[in-house]
Amino acid sequence: MDLSFSKEEVAFRDEVREFFKNNVPPETRKKLVEGRHLSKDEMVAWWRILHKKGWGVSHWPKEYGGTGWSSVQHYIFNEELQMHPAPAPLAFGVSMVGPVIYTFGNEAQKKQYLPRIANVDDWWCQGFSEPGSGSDLASLKTKAERKGDKYIINGQKTWTTLAQHADMIFCLCRTDTNAKKQMGISFIVFDMKSKGVTVRPIETIDGGHEVNEVFFDDVEVPVENLIGEENKGWDYAKFLLGNERTGIARVGVSKERLRRIRELASKVESGGKPIIQDQGFREKLAACEIELKALELTQLRVVADEGKHGKGKPNPASSVLKIKGSEIQQTTTELLMEVIGPFAAPYDEHGEDGSNEAMDWTAQIAPSYFNNRKVSIYGGSNEIQRNIITKAVLGL
Amino acid sequence: MDFDLSEEQRLLKESVDGLLNDSYDFDSRKKYRAEKGGWSKAVWSKLAEQGLLGLPFPEADGGFGAGAVETMIVMEALGKAMVLEPYLPTVVISGGFLRHGGSAAQKAAHVPGIIDGSKTFAFAQLEKNSRYDLSDVVTTAKKKGDGWVIDGEKFVVINGENADTLVVTARTKGGQRDQTGIGVFLVPADARGIAKKGYPTQDGLHAADITFTGVEVGADAVIGDPENGLALIERVVDEARTALCAEAVGAMDESLKTTVEYLKTRKQFGVPIGSFQTLQHRAADMFVAVEQARSMSMFATMATDFENAKERATAVAAAKVQIGKSAKFVGQQSIQLHGGIGMTQEARIGHYFKRLTMIENTFGDTEYHLRRVTEGGGLV
Repeated sequence: MDLSFSKEEVAFRDEVREFFKNNVPPETRKKLVEGRHLSKDEMVAWWRILHKKGWGVSHWPKEYGGTGWSSVQHYIFNEELQMHPAPAPLAFGVSMVGPVIYTFGNEAQKKQYLPRIANVDDWWCQGFSEPGSGSDLASLKTKAERKGDKYIINGQKTWTTLAQHADMIFCLCRTDTNAKKQMGISFIVFDMKSKGVTVRPIETIDGGHEVNEVFFDDVEVPVENLIGEENKGWDYAKFLLGNERTGIARVGVSKERLRRIRELASKVESGGKPIIQDQGFREKLAACEIELKALELTQLRVVADEGKHGKGKPNPASSVLKIKGSEIQQTTTELLMEVIGPFAAPYDEHGEDGSNEAMDWTAQIAPSYFNNRKVSIYGGSNEIQRNIITKAVLGL
Repeated sequence: MDFDLSEEQRLLKESVDGLLNDSYDFDSRKKYRAEKGGWSKAVWSKLAEQGLLGLPFPEADGGFGAGAVETMIVMEALGKAMVLEPYLPTVVISGGFLRHGGSAAQKAAHVPGIIDGSKTFAFAQLEKNSRYDLSDVVTTAKKKGDGWVIDGEKFVVINGENADTLVVTARTKGGQRDQTGIGVFLVPADARGIAKKGYPTQDGLHAADITFTGVEVGADAVIGDPENGLALIERVVDEARTALCAEAVGAMDESLKTTVEYLKTRKQFGVPIGSFQTLQHRAADMFVAVEQARSMSMFATMATDFENAKERATAVAAAKVQIGKSAKFVGQQSIQLHGGIGMTQEARIGHYFKRLTMIENTFGDTEYHLRRVTEGGGLV
């Protein structure tokens, strides 16, 4: 047992850290630190820098542009990326549809889509959730009817993150209405500019626009856009959701936020002294740091296990990552709220792009707190995670 | 980066688990408790035969030169079986004082008896008003000729009644809470002027309150520097805290396992109660708490080798906070999910709860260690 990084791993960490320091656009970093949203151009510009370095699709197989890093190296890369902070590669393309295509797609599909995902020529979005199908995803109703060499798609998706930027969507559609609900689903990809696709924004409680409703009205999609076999989509969806187990803890994000809490709590005063000197506050902060240290080690246990025994057999501890990771992220936003106290109130109605110079830096703290309530809901709510532990680990 | 046990460590785990599986079911434990001093000499001999009592001592002193990971493995196993025998006070604590601070002569005099199982030890540290502060010492050791005279009172000394030798902290200089002027002394338990009042503890162990009245010991009784013993005490107590973290993880593992088993077998409304989602999610939260505790137990185990004493102390304090919180949650919910049967002495589960509760209050509780982490400047 040895919980420290090897000399090579430390050298790798320094290399990654140095690269972020010299290559992440400062304005991009600043916006992330302050909890503001980035424009599409800002994100794409950064991802292309990353891709040029060869790190854009780091976990893909080497033949499709991956790095061949060890599990620990991937961990270090993600942690440094989150701590810098810099935007993570677009999950919908790089972590979700990419692996499905190189694992289940045909040669033509690999050739057509993978390089464009890697260079972010296409912005992908995810068509999974529907108004009536949240945690019970397999009950989805969006229909794809085969007509000659086309599918005709009708239905509605929701919570579609950043669909307003998207060029492509990967979509779970029902292709057999008579089969048991998990059995009749197919994994189909198509162009968001197709006739009959409508994107409608959903404004979230923080005033932001991250998610959308997407409507399909007789959308015609060529049959060659089916990935893998017809009616096997549920298997691919499970593969996709199980693929990214360790990133979900977002330890680096919470570390960066704790750094910011310390920074702000040293500036903001209460009772004539900085809040950071208040014993009650310090204890809350320390309690959060301890939880995070435990989570970091739990995550490393999963990572080290993957490195040794492969990804085939998930470590039971991995179920802990989503639950604790989201709880800690939420706690950090609560601590930020506590630091600024009454100055949480002003709302920047001109938007969150920082263009409104009159607004203080505090303006994004309450929205970030409100926004972070999502982390215990998305990616399988924490209650669904508990169901997974119940069944898969405890055998109840 | 490697969380796996080595081949040797795996074998150690198998052997200690095997030994306790054979000799330490819940009914045997009841019998051991009824023996004099509250534990079984026969079991202690078996631990010695398997080499477990000599694990952390260097080979030169007759031991096996094992490290913190091996102690973690043993303590987890002891926690699972709720072992009553004085491994912590004898091997971990007193052995720790001898290993880190003992002279060659002291080691030669005491280590063989620990390793072969013929002698046990107790750590007489707690005082009426010291609470968790290791530097709060009123008991005095005054120079007399070459030797020392010890006067004072120590409380809740685990294995205090049975021990052959007491390791006693005493003030050689300065005021009650001074950091300097504290020494560590090896005192024969049958020395003149020692009075013991023994009693069982809530968690099934045995302890004693011990009064020292003009107890005379020789110059060779002092471990290390008689005026600057605090750093040594802190180091050894950090190792004891780390061992307790591992013991708690073992006890939590077993509590969760026992509780899940109960959820599968106990029926109400015609179905196993484990089919109810409220109870399933509680059990899932217990699992999360145990895994977080296990991670921090490993962290503390690794930290005992840190060069920097402050970093070590902060890491161990952080682990004790996590273990304290997890142990409270797992212990309480184990009782809750068992329902009425969990309230009875007859059921095993309540005894885990009691041991976990006492571990939290040993060598600093959650609040105390949280404060220590803040004083250490945090973890991140």
